[in-house]
Amino acid sequence: MMTKYLAKGYLWLLLILLYSPILIIMIFSFTEAKVLGNWTGFSTKLYTSLFSGGVRHSLVSALWNTFTIAMIAATVSTLLGTMAAIGIYNLRTRTRQAVGFVNSIPMLNPDIITGVSLFLLFISLGISQGFVTVVLAHITFCTPYVVLSVMPRLKYMNQNVYEAALDLGATPFQALRKVILPEIRPGMISGFILAFTLSIDDFAVTIFTIGNEGLETLSTYIYADARKGGLTPELRPLSTIIFVTVLVLLIIINKRAEKANANKRT
Amino acid sequence: MQKSDNIIRVEHVSKYFGEKAALDDVTLYVRKGEFVTLLGPSGCGKTTLLRLIAGFQSATEGVITISGQVITETPPHKRPVNTVFQKYALFPHLNVFNNIAFGLKLKKLPAATIAKKVKQALKMVGMTDYEYRDVDSLSGGQQQRVAIARAIVNEPEVLLLDEPLAALDLKMRKDMQLELKEMHKSLGITFVYVTHDQEEALTLSDTIAVMSEGRIQQIGTPVDIYNEPINSFVADFIGESNILNGTMVKDHLVHFAGQTFECVDEGFGEDVPVDVVVRPEDIYIFELSDAAILQGIVTSSVFKGVHYEMMVQTPNGYEFMVHDYHTFEVGQEVGLRVKPADIHVMKKERITNTFEGKWIDPTHVEFLGTTFECKEMQGIEPGTKVTVEVDFNRVVLEDNEEDGILTGDVKFILYKGNHYHLTVFTDWNEDIFVDTQDVWDDGDRVGISIAPEYIRVIK
Repeated sequence: MMTKYLAKGYLWLLLILLYSPILIIMIFSFTEAKVLGNWTGFSTKLYTSLFSGGVRHSLVSALWNTFTIAMIAATVSTLLGTMAAIGIYNLRTRTRQAVGFVNSIPMLNPDIITGVSLFLLFISLGISQGFVTVVLAHITFCTPYVVLSVMPRLKYMNQNVYEAALDLGATPFQALRKVILPEIRPGMISGFILAFTLSIDDFAVTIFTIGNEGLETLSTYIYADARKGGLTPELRPLSTIIFVTVLVLLIIINKRAEKANANKRT
Repeated sequence: MQKSDNIIRVEHVSKYFGEKAALDDVTLYVRKGEFVTLLGPSGCGKTTLLRLIAGFQSATEGVITISGQVITETPPHKRPVNTVFQKYALFPHLNVFNNIAFGLKLKKLPAATIAKKVKQALKMVGMTDYEYRDVDSLSGGQQQRVAIARAIVNEPEVLLLDEPLAALDLKMRKDMQLELKEMHKSLGITFVYVTHDQEEALTLSDTIAVMSEGRIQQIGTPVDIYNEPINSFVADFIGESNILNGTMVKDHLVHFAGQTFECVDEGFGEDVPVDVVVRPEDIYIFELSDAAILQGIVTSSVFKGVHYEMMVQTPNGYEFMVHDYHTFEVGQEVGLRVKPADIHVMKKERITNTFEGKWIDPTHVEFLGTTFECKEMQGIEPGTKVTVEVDFNRVVLEDNEEDGILTGDVKFILYKGNHYHLTVFTDWNEDIFVDTQDVWDDGDRVGISIAPEYIRVIK
C-alpha cells in the first residue's frame, strides 16, 4: 500500500517539475506586469498587443520566419531523406552499414560544430548569409533524421511487395509510387514532423548562418532580446499559444491513430 | 518431347552470387499446361531458378525462353508470367478488390471489365464477398487465396508459385493443395511450383525436378521419381528409404547387408560397388521362417496412423526400416524378404574422395588448401600437381574444431543401414565425404583430420 502511494507521489512530483515552468508562463500571460512573477490582476492586454502595435513586426515576424523556414526545410529534407533511405536500403549489407554510420554522424555531432562548419563553408564559398543559408543549413541537419525514421518502415515492409508490383506489370517507377510510397508514408510523416520541430527548435546552427541582414527567427530574437535586458512580456502569450497549438495537434493525432487501430481490428 | 510444345525453356542456365554458384548449368523444359514442381532442400537453387523465370534476378549464363521469346534480359513487368509469393506479398494499404485489380488497372482496362474479372477471380478462389475487406484482417489461408486471385486475374501464360503453402498449417495446406490442383485443371495454364515438401510435390505435380546444390538431379513423373530414384540423394529426399552400400555381383544379382539378392537391374558390370535402395513398405516382415532372406530383431515399433514403422536390426549390424500394417513386438525375431523388382540399384556417384593437390616435399602434400603429412614418397618434384585419394572411412571428424587440420560444416547426412555417409563442406569451399559410426547433426561445425598412412597420392 505504502509503495503504491510512494510511486504515485513520485509520478506527480515528476509531472509537476516537468510542466510547472510552462504552467507559470501560461498563468502569467494573463496579467500585465513587465516582470514575470508579479501578478497585477487578470488582463488579456499582452495578447492584444502581441498582434498589434510596435511588437508585431519583430516577435510575430520572427515567428513567421521560423515557421516558413521550418516548412521549407522539413519538406525538402523529407523528400531528400526518403530518396536517400530507399537508396541506402537497397545497398549491399556492408555498404549499407557504412552509409548508415555516415548518416548518423551529423545527428551525434554537436550543433555548435555543425553551425560553425556551415558558417565557414558559406563564407569560403562567398555566399551572403540570410534566409537561403538558414534553410540550407536546416535541410542539412534535418535530412539524417528523416532517413532514420523512414528506414524502419522499409525494413518492416514485406520484401516481396515491390517484386509483386513489378510482377503484376508495374514499371519500377509505378511500383515505387503505388506500393513503396504508401507503405513508408507513416515514416515520411513522422520524419517530416521531426524535421519541422527540430528546425523550429534550432538555435545553435541558425545563429551561425542567419547573417546580419536583420533576419530573425524566434530563437535568435529571444536570445537578442534577453541580452538587451529582460524578455518582452509578449513572449508569455506567444509561448502559451504555441504550447496550446502543439497540445491540440498532439491530441488530434493520437485520436486519429486510435481510430485507425480500432478500424484495423474490426 | 516435342520442342514446340515447350512453353518454358531453360537452357544451360547458371547463376553466381559472387564466387558461389546458386545454379550450375541447369536445363529444364516445361510443356504448355504442365504442373512442374521444383523440389529440393533449402539452398538448392529452386527459388533462384523461379526468380530467374520471373525476372527478379538475371542469369549469369544461359538462355531462358517463354513461348518462343527469349526473355533472359526482359524486366519482370514485361514477362507473361505472374508469381504467387511465399509470404503472400499483398499490398497492405489496398483492400482485397484493389489488390486483385492492381494488374488490371495498370493495363488501363475499363472499370466495368475490371470489376467483372475481379469477381470471377474471387469466385475461383472461393472468396466471393470479400472484395472490400482489409487484407490485414484475413487469415493466412485467405490471404494466400487473394494472392492467387491477384496473379490469375491477369491470365498469365505461366503461373509461378514460390512455396505458396509453406506458411499455412497442415490442415489448411492439405485443403489448398487439392484446390490448387483443381485450379490448374480448370484454368489450363502452366504452373511452376517450388517446394521443399516432397509429399506436396508428389501430390500436385505432373513432373518433378529434384534439385540439389544448384543442379537438377532428376526430372520425371512422381511415380518415376519415387520408384526409380537416380541417386542416393533423390532416394533419401523423396519418401522414406533404406539406402545401403552394395556390390553388383553380376547382372540380376546384388550383394548387400551380408546377403546376395536377386534383382532386375543389369548393365553395371561385375563386382561394381553400388548404392541399393529399398523402400520400407516394400519389405515383407514375418515371424522367422525358412522364407526369410534376412533375419533380425525388432528394435522399435511406432504406430504412424495407417501403418507401423519398425526398425529391424540384423545380426551383422545392419538396420532396416520396415512399414507394415501389422506390428511385431520389440525384441521379437523376425524374417525379412524383398521382391527382386523392389530392389533399386543405383550407380555410386563416387567411391572415394578425390582431390587435386600439390606435392610439397617427400612427406607432405597440399590439398583442400591445407598441407597434410603423408607417407614418404621419393622421386616427385616439389610443386608437381598430383591427385590425392582418401577413403570415406579414413576421414576423422573431431568435435573440437582445433583438433582438426582443417574445419568444415556437416551439410548432408545419409544413413546407410550400419553407418552414416556425411557430406562435409570444408572452409576451402570443397566437399569431403565421410563414413562414420558417430552421430552428427546437420550444420555441426567439425574439425577434420586424416592420418598420413591413409592419404594416397597419385602422380
